[in-house]
Amino acid sequence: MDLDPVLLARIQFAFTIAFHIIFPSFTIGLSAYITTLGVMWLRTDDERYHRLMRFWTKIFAVSFAMGVVSGIVLSYQLGTNWSRFSVVAGNIVGPLIGYEVLTAFFLEATFLGVLLFGFNRVPPWLYVLSAAIVALGTAISAFWILAANSWMQTPTGHEMRDGIAHPVDWLAIIFNPSFPYRFAHMLNAAYLTTGFVVLAVGARYLLAGKHVEDGRIMLRMSIGLMAILAPLQLLIGDLHGLNTLEHQPIKIAAMEGHWDGSKPGDFTIFGWPDEENERNRFEIAIPNAASLVLTHSWNGLFPGLTSVPPDQRPPVLNVFFSFRIMLAVGFYMIAAALFGAFLWWRGQLFETRWYLRVVASTWWTGFVAVIAGWVVTESGRQPWLVQDILRTADGISPVPAASLLGTITLFVICYGIVFWMGIYYINRLINRGPEGRALEEPEGLPSRPLTAAEEAAREAIGSGR
Amino acid sequence: MEWWLPVISAGVIGAAVAMYVILDGFDLGIGILFPFARNEMQRDQMMRSIAPFWDGNETWLVLGGAGLLAVFPAAYAVIMPALYLPVIVMLLALVFRGVAFEFRIVSYSKVGWNTAFTVGSTIATFSQGVILGGLIQGITVENGEFAGGHFDWATPFALMCGLALVAGYALLGATWLIMKTEGEVAERARDQARILLFIVLGFMALVSLYTPYAFQRIADRWFSLPNFYYLWPVPLVTALVSFLLWRWLESHRDSLPFIATIVLFLLGYLGLVISSYPYLVPPTLTVWDTAAAPSSQLFMLIGTICLLPIILGYIVFIYWLFRGKVREGETYH
Repeated sequence: MDLDPVLLARIQFAFTIAFHIIFPSFTIGLSAYITTLGVMWLRTDDERYHRLMRFWTKIFAVSFAMGVVSGIVLSYQLGTNWSRFSVVAGNIVGPLIGYEVLTAFFLEATFLGVLLFGFNRVPPWLYVLSAAIVALGTAISAFWILAANSWMQTPTGHEMRDGIAHPVDWLAIIFNPSFPYRFAHMLNAAYLTTGFVVLAVGARYLLAGKHVEDGRIMLRMSIGLMAILAPLQLLIGDLHGLNTLEHQPIKIAAMEGHWDGSKPGDFTIFGWPDEENERNRFEIAIPNAASLVLTHSWNGLFPGLTSVPPDQRPPVLNVFFSFRIMLAVGFYMIAAALFGAFLWWRGQLFETRWYLRVVASTWWTGFVAVIAGWVVTESGRQPWLVQDILRTADGISPVPAASLLGTITLFVICYGIVFWMGIYYINRLINRGPEGRALEEPEGLPSRPLTAAEEAAREAIGSGR
Repeated sequence: MEWWLPVISAGVIGAAVAMYVILDGFDLGIGILFPFARNEMQRDQMMRSIAPFWDGNETWLVLGGAGLLAVFPAAYAVIMPALYLPVIVMLLALVFRGVAFEFRIVSYSKVGWNTAFTVGSTIATFSQGVILGGLIQGITVENGEFAGGHFDWATPFALMCGLALVAGYALLGATWLIMKTEGEVAERARDQARILLFIVLGFMALVSLYTPYAFQRIADRWFSLPNFYYLWPVPLVTALVSFLLWRWLESHRDSLPFIATIVLFLLGYLGLVISSYPYLVPPTLTVWDTAAAPSSQLFMLIGTICLLPIILGYIVFIYWLFRGKVREGETYH
């Protein structure tokens, strides 16, 4: 068999990591939303917030489980797929992931137990606090993994000895130049992704005329937050772009499809980057717009792709199109959030059915933007695995192509089953709605004698849930 | 410092792996014993007894993997490609085992996810045993890189280790059920534990006899003088603990069998450490050959010293919160 093991290792890792990021993108935001609902329940004593909290916690449990199991895979895949990378960068990346486990994973996993099963065993404040700790854990997890990834993009604080990176200054490693931008961009992306799911579910309930009160709360809360976070993401993204221009200019050139650095950059709305002939075909562009955004001047110059030889350029098509997908979703989110806020202000939010229909059907937009954004940044770093330190082709494991092909097949089948079943169950939980949660049978504490009625109810319900 | 630091780091990683084996061991064991439950009520009860803990228990596996990358990157980079297939199969099996907890609750028909839970648990356990066997029998290394064949791990010995671990985790699971459940589930677990104890002891004896026979370095370790004088209590204590475990299975002090099983596991683990030390990748790479930069080890060590007591604190809290026995028919959400 004449397959390229580098390509196969990349395909496999891209598949498993893209699958994984779907779930953190949702659970980082959802745990924060659950906490918010819990705090409002404690403050107002309004049962509706409690009911919503329990409802979303159920959905959280299903998504979080998928995130956990697909995340464990990654912590071993660094070795199975990228063993030379593990040797070269292990001194740096290893401890960062180690800290993620110590500061975040145990915290999340343990307090999730309290959140899912402890309602009858802990006082309400501790129950809500557990939700807050889970939310904090997910954010801490993002902190460390973004630190590790950002170091691979803009490595600092280390020195190379015999081809192996040795840490010199841990603070410089963690707070490397691109880290603050990436961390803020990803965290906000996670909140936006969740916000649009909550918005869609609320709209779906209003359209169907069921769980109307719950739907209204979801709509108000999500639009209120999204109207701030969606425009904010544009600002963070812009700052991130300027940072990338400073440290990884060729990535920016690929994002913009900018070949010739001696001319100002246009913003290409549509085009087909032709890597062979080093130009864009079928181009529709706003003249000088890229220069204006990136250099804040009409005729500003920034490096083009031709400033480096072809073997140091990223795959332009991936980067170029993923960037446009991310941007399109971003602008849609801004428009949807601001228009929703406008309708709310006019008092027509709950009656404008076409708007509800649109947002109800675009629950997936955040996930697409997150994956597209990661494709931009990871493909854009190519051919480097660690920028200017280790090439991707030099980072792989001595594993034969046939094994890689076999395990890729296994991953696609297994993840496919888990993913579609997960989506199916989440969809069913959403259809059933928050009411189901209020009818929860009381969970028996062994120290508390059960009443006969509860005993009977338990027998009647049995395992039929 | 140069000498001590890798030894301490190896101790930390070793402790994380031991925690994983014991804690996720009983979770996986319950998955292995799942088909023997008589009805859905009993399966609910079995799952309920581990539902609040499994996620935290599995996290020790991540600490083991990430920790190995952090403090012994060169060992991590050899072991993962060498044991590529068993590692990937274990991870995929754990995927099904893990989502089964949540999917089973929301699914109308339980059959599919019951099966996924059992098959996932069993295959994950078997793969872990194969990984262990693959490590004990040794990995071919040249210039610090894996240089063996892709199926080097697939020996009768490694497959036997897989079966041994299935029996071992099932014993942990059975004694956990004795401690944490009541009624028919606990009674059946008591019968299962008796049978499993004999199987586990049989496997332990087999490994103890076969490894010195097949691997000269292990024979030298145990039977050379003066090592023999220090090491002979290990099998003796193992025999004593097994006898106590057998007696406690008869008594009605329900926590003792589980504790005795943990001690039995730790003794077996100690035996393997004695056989392999100071090799992290037998028979070539020692803990010093594969250690990360001292600064990386120190950074991890400081973090571990500061954070591990806190982690253990809230883990104790959650086990305390969900103390007591789970009754038949108690569902878990």
